[in-house]
Amino acid sequence: MSVLSRPWLWSWLAAAAAFSLTLGLTSGRGAGELGYAALSFGAFAAIVGLGQMLVITLGPGNVDLSIPATMTLAATLALKAMGSDPGTAFLGLVIALAVGFGTGVANYALIFLLRLPPIIATLAASLIYQSLAIWSNRGLRIKPPSGLADFATGRFLGLPNVAWVGLALAILVWIVLERSVWGRWLLATGQNLRVARLAGVPVELVRASTYISVAVFASLAGYLLASFSGGAALNMGQEYLLMSIAVVVIGGSSIAGGNSNVPGVWGAALFMFLVVSMLNSYGAGAGVRNVLTGTIIIAIVIAASSRRART
Amino acid sequence: MNDHERAPLVSLTDAARHFGPVRALDGVTLSVAPGDCVGLVGHNGAGKSTLVNLVNGGLAPSSGTVGFATGGSALEAGVRSVFQELSLCPNLTVAENLRISHSALKGPNWRRPAREEIGQSLDTIFPGHGIDPNAEVDTLSIAERQMVEIAIGFAPRGSEARLVILDEPTSSLDAGIADQLLAHVKRFCASGGAVIFISHMMGEVFQVATRIVVLKDGKVVAERPTEDFTRQGLVDAMGHVTADTAETTGTARDFGKEVVRTDQGLTARKGEIVGLSGLAGHGQAAALARLYLSRSSAWRAGKAPEVVFVAGDRQRDGVLPLWSILRNISVSILPQGARRGLVDREGEARVAQDWKTRIGIRTDDVANPILSLSGGNQQKVLFARALASSAPVVIMDDPMRGVDVGTKQDVYAMIRAEAARGRTFLWYSTETEEVCQCDRVFVFRNHEISAELTGAEITEEKILEASFEMQEAS
Repeated sequence: MSVLSRPWLWSWLAAAAAFSLTLGLTSGRGAGELGYAALSFGAFAAIVGLGQMLVITLGPGNVDLSIPATMTLAATLALKAMGSDPGTAFLGLVIALAVGFGTGVANYALIFLLRLPPIIATLAASLIYQSLAIWSNRGLRIKPPSGLADFATGRFLGLPNVAWVGLALAILVWIVLERSVWGRWLLATGQNLRVARLAGVPVELVRASTYISVAVFASLAGYLLASFSGGAALNMGQEYLLMSIAVVVIGGSSIAGGNSNVPGVWGAALFMFLVVSMLNSYGAGAGVRNVLTGTIIIAIVIAASSRRART
Repeated sequence: MNDHERAPLVSLTDAARHFGPVRALDGVTLSVAPGDCVGLVGHNGAGKSTLVNLVNGGLAPSSGTVGFATGGSALEAGVRSVFQELSLCPNLTVAENLRISHSALKGPNWRRPAREEIGQSLDTIFPGHGIDPNAEVDTLSIAERQMVEIAIGFAPRGSEARLVILDEPTSSLDAGIADQLLAHVKRFCASGGAVIFISHMMGEVFQVATRIVVLKDGKVVAERPTEDFTRQGLVDAMGHVTADTAETTGTARDFGKEVVRTDQGLTARKGEIVGLSGLAGHGQAAALARLYLSRSSAWRAGKAPEVVFVAGDRQRDGVLPLWSILRNISVSILPQGARRGLVDREGEARVAQDWKTRIGIRTDDVANPILSLSGGNQQKVLFARALASSAPVVIMDDPMRGVDVGTKQDVYAMIRAEAARGRTFLWYSTETEEVCQCDRVFVFRNHEISAELTGAEITEEKILEASFEMQEAS
C-alpha cells in the first residue's frame, strides 16, 4: 500500500494546509504560537476522538453521544472533591476516571439490558449525567489545585503537557488495536457481529469494554480541560459532541465499522482547531465560519473516502 | 379430466436456466393445460423453484422457450403463485394486501370491493374461516396468513386465475384446513383451471394430482399420470440409489463418550462424524447455530474453545471482509499463544502458511485480502479457521457451497483424518452424497428430528423417505 492510499494522510494534509494558509497572512510570524495552541486544544479533541473511534469501529449504529455530559460530570465531581486543595490532584484523577467508568457501565447496561439503540441510550443517559452535574455543581466554580492547573497549562520539551498525554494515549490505542488480541476482536466485531460471534470472539465483552473505554477517555479529557481552563463549567463539553465524531470521520476511520485509524484522529484534531483560526484570521464572521467549516469537513470526507474506494 | 386437446396454458420447450456454471434447470419440456393438476416433486436443488420462476415469469430461460396461451406474459395468462415464504405485508390489512396484486382497484372507495373480493375468495376455499378482511396481517396466525395468501392467489383480481402455483401450501395448515384446500384445488381443476402443486407431503400429492412430474438435477426424470406411480416408485425416481457410497461408510469404528446432546435429541460421540439432512430450511441450520451459541460464550474466550463453526453462508456467517486471508484464519486461535494480551504474530503467520499449503488456498500471499479469493477458496479459509483451532467439536453448516469437486475430496479426507484423531463433526449438508459419508445421520422435518440412521441404513432412499411426509394427509 502506497503512502497516498493511507486514509490518515488527508487529515494531516488538510491540517498542514490550514496551518500554512493562516501563516500566509502573517508572512510566517507566530508559527510557533499557532502550533502550540493547536497542540493544546487539539489534544482534548484527540483524546475524546480516540474513544469515539473505538466505539464507531464497533460497527453501524454504535456511537457515544454522552461524551459531553460525561466530561462535565467527571470534571465537576473531581473539582468538587479536590476543592482547590494542594496535593489532591491524584484523588481528583481517580474520581474523574471512576465517574467515566460508571457512565460507561451505565451506557452499556442500557444498550445491553434494554436493547436500546446506542444513539438513544447514550443520548438519554447524557441528560441524566448532565442533571447530576448541575445538581452537584449548584453554580459553584471551583478552581483546580494550582499544581494541577500548572501541569495542564505547562509544557515539556517545548510541547504542551496535554499534548504529551494525548500522544501517549494515541500510542497506547494504536498498540491495542494493531497488536493486541482485544484489538483484533474489536475489529472483527465491527466488520460483522454475527461472524465474529461464530468465530469465537466474545463480542459482548468487546462491546462492554469499548463503551467503558470511551467514557473513561471522555472523563480524562474533562478532567484535563477543567484543569486547563481554570474550573468546570456546565457547557464545557458541548462542542465535543460533534468534534469527537468529526475527528474520527475526517481521520479516515470507516463509519461502517471494523476499520480504525489512530494517526488520522490526531491530524483531524489539529485541523479542526486550525481551520477555525484560519477563518478567524481572514476575518470571517461566526456564520460564515460555520458554513465554511462544514463545507470543508464534507470535502475532506469525500476526498478520503473516494481515495479508499479506488484502492 | 385430462383434456389435452385444449391449448396448454403454459408450455416449456427444452427450457433451461443457468446461474453461471450452475445448471439449475437443464432442459425441461412440460405443458400444463386447463384441468391439469400437476404434482411437482424433487429433492433439494432439483430445480423446483427455478421451474416455478420460469412458469410465473419471474425468470427468463437461458435457452429454450416458455410460451403462454395468450401469447403474452405470465400475468396476462392468469398465472399466479403462492409461496411458502409468506409474502404478505404484515402492517396492512387482509383487503389491502389484495390490492397490491390487483391494480384495477382504484378510486376513493377501493377498500369496499377489495373486502368483498377477498372475503368471497376466502369463503369459497375455506368455508367458516373466520378471518376478518379488515384485520391487519400481523394479528393473524401463521396458518391464517397462509390461508389469506392462498385466497389472494385464487381471487379473480380483475381477470381470472387460470394457473395457480402452490409451493408447499399446506406446511403451516392443519389437516382440516388442508383438506378444504385440496378439495378446492380439485374443484378448481374440474372447472377448467390448472394447478402446479409442490409438496413434501406425499399423501397430498397422490390425493390431488392428476399427473406427477419428478425433477432431479434440473431434469424431468419421470412424468406419468398419478395412478401409474406407487409411493416407493416415486421416492426411487427422486433419488438414484448409489450403492458404492453406502458401502464406504460401512467401516464400523469405536467412538468415545458422548460429547453433544441437545434437547432436540441430537447426539454425537467423540470422534464421530454426524450428518444432518432433510429438506433445506427444516431447522438443521438453526439447530446447529443454537448448539454453537449454547456451547460458547459472548463474554469469555478461553484458550481452549469447546466448539468451532464452519459457515456455509459465507457473507452472513463467515467472512470478515476487510481482513487479509491470514487474519481471517487466525481469528479463532488468537488467545492461544498470546502473551500479555498481545497477538503472537509469528505464530499466526506460521499457522496461516501451514494451512495455505495443507488445504490448498490459491493465493501467492496470505496477506492478500480475503475478498481477492474465489468463493470456494474463501470457504477453504473458513475450514482452516475452524480446523486450526483445538476445539474438540466442529460444527459445519452446509460448508461445501461453491467448493470444487477436487477440494471436496481433500476436505472429506481431512475431516476423516481429524475424526480419527478424536474430533467430533456435526455436518449439515444439502447434498445427500455428502451426508452418506457420515457415521450417523439425523434427518430433519419441520424443525424436528424425523429419523436417526446409522451405518448401512444411511442411504439416499432412507434419507428421502424420512424427509418427506409419507402418511396420508388425513
